[in-house]
Amino acid sequence: MKTNAPIARTITLPLSDEVLETLHAGDELLLTGVIYVGRDAAHKRMIETLEAGGMLPIDLKGQMIYFMGPTPARPGKTLGSAGPTSSYRMDVYSPRLMAEGLKGMIGKGMRSGEVKEAMKKYRAVYLGAIGGAGALISSCIKRVEVVAYDDLGTEALRRIEVQDFPATVINDIYGGDLYDIGRSQYRIADLQV
Amino acid sequence: MRDIDAKSVTEAIARLLQDACHRLPGDVLAALRRAYGSEESPASRQVLAKLLENAEVAARDEIPLCQDTGMAVVFLELGQEAHIVGGNLYEAVQEGTRRAYAEGYLRKSVVDKPFSARTNTGDNTPAVIHTTIVPGDKLKIIALSKGFGSENMSRLAMLTPAEGRSGVIDFVVKCVEDAGANPCPPVIVGVGIGGTAEKCMLLAKEALLRRVGDPHPDSEIAELETEILKRVNELGIGAMGYGGRITALAVHVEVFPTHIAALPVAVNLQCHSVRHREAVL
Repeated sequence: MKTNAPIARTITLPLSDEVLETLHAGDELLLTGVIYVGRDAAHKRMIETLEAGGMLPIDLKGQMIYFMGPTPARPGKTLGSAGPTSSYRMDVYSPRLMAEGLKGMIGKGMRSGEVKEAMKKYRAVYLGAIGGAGALISSCIKRVEVVAYDDLGTEALRRIEVQDFPATVINDIYGGDLYDIGRSQYRIADLQV
Repeated sequence: MRDIDAKSVTEAIARLLQDACHRLPGDVLAALRRAYGSEESPASRQVLAKLLENAEVAARDEIPLCQDTGMAVVFLELGQEAHIVGGNLYEAVQEGTRRAYAEGYLRKSVVDKPFSARTNTGDNTPAVIHTTIVPGDKLKIIALSKGFGSENMSRLAMLTPAEGRSGVIDFVVKCVEDAGANPCPPVIVGVGIGGTAEKCMLLAKEALLRRVGDPHPDSEIAELETEILKRVNELGIGAMGYGGRITALAVHVEVFPTHIAALPVAVNLQCHSVRHREAVL
């Protein structure tokens, strides 16, 4: 019954359109390149800026954002623990950022129907990182700098350079959803409620 | 009467919280290894393997298991023959929390003015403290670092007595089903049954403190735990929601008498990163 772990594909960031089209829900990836990092407070501020007609502090075109707020680095270390946070809290903000050209999001947990529609419309993907594997993920992060909103502390907007960062495609540009696929594959009985 | 120095409380809390955030306890590691051994889904197995590797890296490098080092929840069981000297007990707990989060390079995740300014308190205080007075002259401290990916999936239902046992099971299973990938499965499902609304919720949290997989000593409750666990693991959610046979490592139920009009049920989920420690002073 037991099979080997799926083979992961190495992906260089930023994502090209050609690569984006080859990504399907369930694909295992190893990401190398630049990723922006922001969670609740940074998203709120970015959206407020856009709504006021302002410019974002970073150009999101073609970029990927990771929903994460790290623990502080110990002296001599690049970063502390750095796993994903729950993505649904960013659902109200993500479609607007996709309209600005955002091509990928990394987090964990389910997205709203609206976000999934926006991913099809704007051709963007949602990747899952392993929640609670922050120590392991930290070792894939080679450089980190705060690029904006320093006052937000752990919630500041960061730019990280990653090497072989493990991620799984949850939602692809075709409407595929790993959470639906996985659950239906292993579900034994229908709920009686 | 026996004197207990408030400073020793501070030191204990500082140590317990750091230890909890850096090292998974043996019962949790064993449960994750068992899950890895029995899981059929390759994607889930891959996640479980990475979680075990993460635990090794975290312990070796003293880096938190998870970046969400939680809000501190501290349970104090204070013997009525014990006497706290040299300071205020609750302030000693807060100081211990402050020290743990500073010295352990843990994330400060607590904000004041929750519905408005949401200003970070800067030191992860206040800890939430639950105190009970018990016989004896000792102080038992249980320190829990509770992440909010799972905490946000908590629910309370005031069922009618007519809904009974099957109503309880359906509600708990529905909670886990609706939470899906969000609480970082495989989870521990903490269930409270009975009491008042707030007592029921507290029972659900206390249920999370039991050694993972130890059945409730009351066989009727233990059977309920087994049945709920089976139903939950039939959902197919799997590790991180990628699809699989193991959505929960355990279901722990705690029960308290309730009112003739009520059947309260509370669910408090714990992610696989189970972080609590205890000490007796």
